[in-house]
Amino acid sequence: MSDVLTVRGLSVTVRDTALVSDVDLTVGAGERVGLIGESGSGKSLTALSVLGLLPEDVYAGGSVRLDGVDHELIGADERRMSQVRGRDIAMVFQEPMTALNPTMRIGDQLAEAMLIHKTKPKSAARAAAAELLERVQLPTDTLRAYPHQLSGGQRQRVVLALALANDPSLLICDEPTTALDVTVQALVLDLIVRGVMDRSSALLFITHDLAVVATVCERVLVMYGGRVVESGPVVDVFTRPRHRYTEGLLAASDLDTTSRRLTTIPGNVPPAGRFPSGCVFRTRCAHATALCEESPPWSGDEAEGFACHHPAGVTDA
Amino acid sequence: MPEHIPTTHELQTPTAIQVVDLVRDYPRPRTSLFQPAPVVHALRGVSLEVKQGERFGIVGESGCGKSTLLRIIAALDRATSGNVIVEGTDITRLSDRRLRFLRENLQLVFQDPMSSLDPRMRVRDIIAEPLVVQGHPASGERVRELLEAVGLSADAGGRYPHQFSGGQRQRISIARALAPRPRILIADEPVSALDVSVRAQVLNLISDLVDELNLTLVFVSHDLSVIKHVCDRVAVMNAGQIVETGYTGDVYAAPQHPYTQRLVSAIPTLQRALSGATTSDLLAKGDPA
Repeated sequence: MSDVLTVRGLSVTVRDTALVSDVDLTVGAGERVGLIGESGSGKSLTALSVLGLLPEDVYAGGSVRLDGVDHELIGADERRMSQVRGRDIAMVFQEPMTALNPTMRIGDQLAEAMLIHKTKPKSAARAAAAELLERVQLPTDTLRAYPHQLSGGQRQRVVLALALANDPSLLICDEPTTALDVTVQALVLDLIVRGVMDRSSALLFITHDLAVVATVCERVLVMYGGRVVESGPVVDVFTRPRHRYTEGLLAASDLDTTSRRLTTIPGNVPPAGRFPSGCVFRTRCAHATALCEESPPWSGDEAEGFACHHPAGVTDA
Repeated sequence: MPEHIPTTHELQTPTAIQVVDLVRDYPRPRTSLFQPAPVVHALRGVSLEVKQGERFGIVGESGCGKSTLLRIIAALDRATSGNVIVEGTDITRLSDRRLRFLRENLQLVFQDPMSSLDPRMRVRDIIAEPLVVQGHPASGERVRELLEAVGLSADAGGRYPHQFSGGQRQRISIARALAPRPRILIADEPVSALDVSVRAQVLNLISDLVDELNLTLVFVSHDLSVIKHVCDRVAVMNAGQIVETGYTGDVYAAPQHPYTQRLVSAIPTLQRALSGATTSDLLAKGDPA
């Protein structure tokens, strides 16, 4: 399986504050990888760095390579990035209203995506737009609608159709269903998974919802404080977590527990730049010792591993 | 409709909130000179009963009318027809002045803790406001007591809402709601804007306070799993009607109404996912609209 996206040593900084440090990430063709973490963990910044969409004053370092693009994506100029965006990498954002142009009809927006990248001639773009809508189960007369005439779920399906218009090799979804109702979420998730499977595209799926990531993805990376603290196949990470943060997160989201009280992680997620040195989780961790003032090394390999001095699930420690 | 309005302390009925055939229509702006204005039927005959000390959940998707229902129960909106009886008093047609007992006995916690806290007020003033408004002495002692009850330090009182994280702000909202010693707490999506690790803390806090203070809890959420954890009974709303009511465990395990079945099957859970459920399984029972 060839790697579509390869991220090496990605860091994101604003002035002197590190927001994301040392993130390694690969997504293979047809692979569905989840990025989970709470707010402020740096998961969205990681996605935005891949797309070169970081806000002003925020800088990315390290390396991001995409299969089929012969230059480094970090630091590439806008002219070259705009050729990559929407053609090789597409993104679905959380808020579908702001991702669509309110003054253009849906059909024109879909056609524009293909015309800009010259992937379809003008004569064929219209028909292709209709077909894209059909794939996301929207009626053909949606082509003539404006975004405000559609519901949130319909808009998000249009955004997905837009993202898939040029058969991107990588689709990034950043909390695509957080604003949607559960029954609509089910449909949109299914359309996302089918969309990437039909095209054998790679999927990078960002969410804070463990159940969603477990349903959609095969592999998962857990982020906290701008670092990847654990990664591995979904089943392994969610049934045998190694990092104490993953363990706490799983316990806190277990609403099926028979006890009236939920297990909690003490404290709050610190604001960006206020995470402790060494292990980023040590201020909230019950197992932290003096050793945790040093950054824990990565145990395991690229595809599966964790960074914790006192991992869970060790009997001989 | 009973015009007789009993005072609250004279009865100790086991029913805290009774809603009878509640209807709320919102007229929309006219679109034509020659046709009547279109009407949105937000509530179409909702009836429910919440016992004192019960934890009652209302679940439904956006637009189903659950917020309208809450607003009418809290007398923040008027019903088109039907009645709401809170602790034996029909509040549906009461004037604002006579709703004072309701403002003391029934308090709300809203979803977004940023927009429901005045950014220009200090936390201690926010918490004391319901007391001041109702003419009670708002002692610093009571404020400190409330801050402590929701797990905030006493010096938090001197700070402003923006200096707190989402979970802490929700704690401030809860402290404010508890200030007039209400008997009924209504929580409208109180954890929807929170991170998972903080959500567990706030849910535990609400649960503890309901136990300690013998509150009646009405908990509204779009998330049936959260309702299932917090509540004893649940009403499922769809399109302005209650389609199913029952004990949460039963409704979750064996939903009767087709809408509830669709809702339950659409909820992604870790257990199902780890045993191999895919996204198409979420759609298993019928197509969502």
